[in-house]
Amino acid sequence: MGDALVRVEGLTRYFDVSKPWLNRVIEREPKAWLTAVADVSFEIRRGETFALVGESGSGKSTIAKMIVGLLPPSEGRIVFDGQPMAGTAGAAMRSLRRRFQMIFQDPFASLNPRWRVGDIIAEPIRTFGLASGAEVRREVGRLLEVVGLGAADAAKFPHEFSGGQRQRIAIARALSSKPEFIVCDEPTSALDVSVQAQILNLMRDLQDEFGLTYLFISHDLSVVRHMANRIGVLYLGRLAEVAEGKRLFREPRHPYSRMLLDAVPDLEMSGRRRKRVEGEIPNPIDPPPGCAFHPRCPLVADRCRREIPAPVPVADGMAACFAVEEGRG
Amino acid sequence: MSDFTPETRPSALRRAWDSDLAYSFRTSPVALVSGIVALAIILGAVFAPWLAPYDPFDPGSLNLMDGFTPPMEPNPFTGNVYWMGTDNQGRDVFSTILYGARTSLFVGFAAVLFAMVLGISLGLVAGYRGGWLDGLLMRIADVQLTFPSILLALLIFGVARGFIPPAYREAMAIWVLIIAIGLSDWVQYARVVRGATMVEKNKEYIQAARVIGVHPAKILVTHILPNVMGPVLVIATIGLALAIIAEATLSFLGVGLPPTQPSLGTLIRIGQGFLFSGEWWILAFPAIALLALALSVNLLGDWLRDALNPRLR
Repeated sequence: MGDALVRVEGLTRYFDVSKPWLNRVIEREPKAWLTAVADVSFEIRRGETFALVGESGSGKSTIAKMIVGLLPPSEGRIVFDGQPMAGTAGAAMRSLRRRFQMIFQDPFASLNPRWRVGDIIAEPIRTFGLASGAEVRREVGRLLEVVGLGAADAAKFPHEFSGGQRQRIAIARALSSKPEFIVCDEPTSALDVSVQAQILNLMRDLQDEFGLTYLFISHDLSVVRHMANRIGVLYLGRLAEVAEGKRLFREPRHPYSRMLLDAVPDLEMSGRRRKRVEGEIPNPIDPPPGCAFHPRCPLVADRCRREIPAPVPVADGMAACFAVEEGRG
Repeated sequence: MSDFTPETRPSALRRAWDSDLAYSFRTSPVALVSGIVALAIILGAVFAPWLAPYDPFDPGSLNLMDGFTPPMEPNPFTGNVYWMGTDNQGRDVFSTILYGARTSLFVGFAAVLFAMVLGISLGLVAGYRGGWLDGLLMRIADVQLTFPSILLALLIFGVARGFIPPAYREAMAIWVLIIAIGLSDWVQYARVVRGATMVEKNKEYIQAARVIGVHPAKILVTHILPNVMGPVLVIATIGLALAIIAEATLSFLGVGLPPTQPSLGTLIRIGQGFLFSGEWWILAFPAIALLALALSVNLLGDWLRDALNPRLR
């Protein structure tokens, strides 16, 4: 086991989705809460790519936002390299912030349209005071070349670039503060399929070159398979299974993981029939009692309707399922 | 200007000429004509001390015998000919218009600037912070919108006069007027900026800045402000025409600028007294000047709104 760079413990996030106060009083409705993330714990080891997969609404992006500090957790804590994020402030927080970065989903929204590319990439350098004057220019030029663009592109505006090139710029910005850990929130889902592979390969090369650790968020299993060392499967805000990447694809334990993998198109032409994902993800405001997956689960038993399964440690990760626990799977 | 501005690029003039906005201006006859009219009046106002044939505020140069000279006719007593005639005190109407436009434009620009600064800052804070502060500011804005702005300006003007000692009233009148018009006009800037800020603040480039811990005030000024200025410029142009008219209305009603510091509105008020005794030019020329100024600025605002709207192209 490598040492954990990021440790997430019991992370939970509620959102207040109540109607306005006056409506609640008149309609006699209580406050409504949505549990986007419930009691999620995992750790990301130095140098690895940890992927979080799940359908939309499973809480992937909420976890990403909490880890980089865009959203405060309702409960639980995030420990970065032994230092809890909550309660860290001032200069200590500044030096902590320099060490993690984020790459966003939409490269058309993640670059300020009125800034020159050079200024966009230099923003973290200037914010953290890592360089000044001509040094900034040189560093930006170097970063642009690292991500496969030219130093002269620094003078252009984002609208002069394609989606893939913009994502390269976003990656250069993320690299500019020399971080150790990068949260990638669906970095390729807004791109053409032909460009996706280029960006993913670039990210892998950069990982090798700079020893980066990635938290990779995606709903695309084939992308995750290409990128991840370990994978966490999220269902309705809870971790269903954590496993080594290869093992998950070979023999998924949790029934939800199986269902997801069965739905992936068979690219190897092994003759495996593709199965449809059955049912829909339930409304998170009013989740089913017991195991949230039980209405869709082929292995459902009585216990699943009453109790929430606790994570059970298995060889290379964990699974939160009574069927796995009882050996019925 | 950033470090990344290219060193070799066309001159600023060349780039301005080649821009989409300049092209749209060149090819729109309405914009071209109203631009020329507005520019002529603005230049005339700015250079009034050098352009005006007479100084209407120098009592030594005034001759009461010149009073009520009709336009382009020699005065029966002195034989002097005035382009647009003279008023009751023998002041050259053309010169008073140049000086009056100077005052009107100063009040208009200053009031719009004041309303813009106030509205933009409150709108940015309300849109970005949200929550109770947003609620409070927007309810104040709602309440203010239920009063006609001219009524509000009258109220502010009246209250301010109560506080200012009589000796300073005349000198302070112009500043009171600017604040009164500005305060009655900030709401629309605040609303537009708030709306645009709420759209921008959820975009990922703002999140990228927040991840690295950029201070919220810096995010507002360097990231959000440049992206919300487009609509603000449009309402500022139309707001300039409205402010000039508001000033003229207040001065016409006699609560604005004193006759010693006449604006176009004051001139119209003075001229109005002579309309029925046949001296029409004392009223007509300042009124035409005000109309031309307000109309051309307004048409420019309309053009700017269309030119900046990508969906109308």
